[in-house]
Amino acid sequence: MDRAATAEKIAALIEPFNKKGVAITDASTFAGDLEFDSLTVMDFVAAIEDDFDIIISMNQQAEIETYGQLIDAVVKLQG
Amino acid sequence: MTDLFSKFDPLIEMRAGLLATGVTDPFGMVMEKVLSPTVAVCNGRETILLGTYNYMGMTFDPDVIEAGKQALDDFGAGTTGSRVLNGTYAGHRAVEEALKEFYGMDHAMVFSTGYQANLGIISTIAGKGDYIVLDIDSHASIWDGCKLGDAEVVPFKHNDIEAMEKRLKRIPEGAGKLVILEGVYSMLGDIAPLKEMIRVAKENGAMVLVDEAHSMGFIGPNGRGVAEDQGCLDDVDFVIGTFSKSVGTVGGFCVSNHPKFEILRLVCRPYVFTASLPPSVVATACTSIRKLMHAGNKRAHLWENSKVLHQGLKDKGFQLGTDTPQSAIIAVIMPDLERGAAMWEALLKEGLYVNLARPPATPANMTLLRCSLCAEHSAEQVQTIIGMFERAGKAVGII
Repeated sequence: MDRAATAEKIAALIEPFNKKGVAITDASTFAGDLEFDSLTVMDFVAAIEDDFDIIISMNQQAEIETYGQLIDAVVKLQG
Repeated sequence: MTDLFSKFDPLIEMRAGLLATGVTDPFGMVMEKVLSPTVAVCNGRETILLGTYNYMGMTFDPDVIEAGKQALDDFGAGTTGSRVLNGTYAGHRAVEEALKEFYGMDHAMVFSTGYQANLGIISTIAGKGDYIVLDIDSHASIWDGCKLGDAEVVPFKHNDIEAMEKRLKRIPEGAGKLVILEGVYSMLGDIAPLKEMIRVAKENGAMVLVDEAHSMGFIGPNGRGVAEDQGCLDDVDFVIGTFSKSVGTVGGFCVSNHPKFEILRLVCRPYVFTASLPPSVVATACTSIRKLMHAGNKRAHLWENSKVLHQGLKDKGFQLGTDTPQSAIIAVIMPDLERGAAMWEALLKEGLYVNLARPPATPANMTLLRCSLCAEHSAEQVQTIIGMFERAGKAVGII
């Protein structure tokens, strides 16, 4: 799946977690802009993992701070 | 001033705010005198202890104390050495023999604390390129063990068998896999469906490590833990445990049937690069473990205590961590940290000590009053405890 299609899928997946309706760009950060706490991160990561049938390990999550980085990581993990 | 301590500012503020309300510092309590496994003098007042993990009340067992005194006389106050150098005494071997018998397993390795047992075993067996699949509610020592090793760490939702299975199936072909579970989860006192989870782990080619810190001595026909109780202990590759709960002293261990297990003594850094337990500690642990093999009556009384307290608190209108009593831990859920701290203080004034547990140590950001029962609590004490909870709960406005 290319970056555009992946981004479109992730945009749909993040919607229920974006409770404050923050306008999301590739530069949006999960901890800062989106105010995701550890529980939200876990549920959101699980939703992405299940949808794309991939693993995003804690080690990889530590490298992902922005929305754009997440999309790039998911594109890469799909191989 | 901004320096390396600035990252603690939010916590410093939160703590200052809480103490400004006039509440007693829940993390500054000192036990001035300990009268028995269930009673101490705290802040000048005789207090029933309901938050010690001293499940089997072995801390004051006369045989245990005698063994410790004898070892102090015979072997001195400490070993001043690593287990692999000058720190293995007869007592260290003896307590490992006792553990092998207790669990019916081939190998036992004793660490200086339970924390170090998880830190050492996990970081040593799961390295770079391996995958650790673990429950999100795992104890801090498990997470720290993951961090110390270099494995890929993949958490799944608490006790969710399907979520665990999906993650196991996505691990790349050929990678080493370790599943980490706990028998009893210490925050809510709930148990894991180990039989089913271990079956799934094995079907997917994973090794299994189970932390039975909160079940040893109490759960299972021989007190071997939740895996024994569910009939799946033979499928567990590594059991991690501690001497600081039912055994009544301090120390940690791993037991296993793995044929190459003994090599860990040479490669496990938290085992090698620290001093071994003092002779008096391993002597008390050894005596206690052997007595726990024949503690069926105490186990039965502890279950009775757990059931009575759970039902009693439920009847008074408290919200509990589990619908039914599953272990010797009963977690009372508080509406928020402020009222939790107020309730904790009200109980202390009644003469009852419980643990105040708060985020981030708790799941789902809950504030909990965690009660851990002891086989030495009398039936009368349990009734007294229920009365104390009722009065404090009404005073604070929780029930």
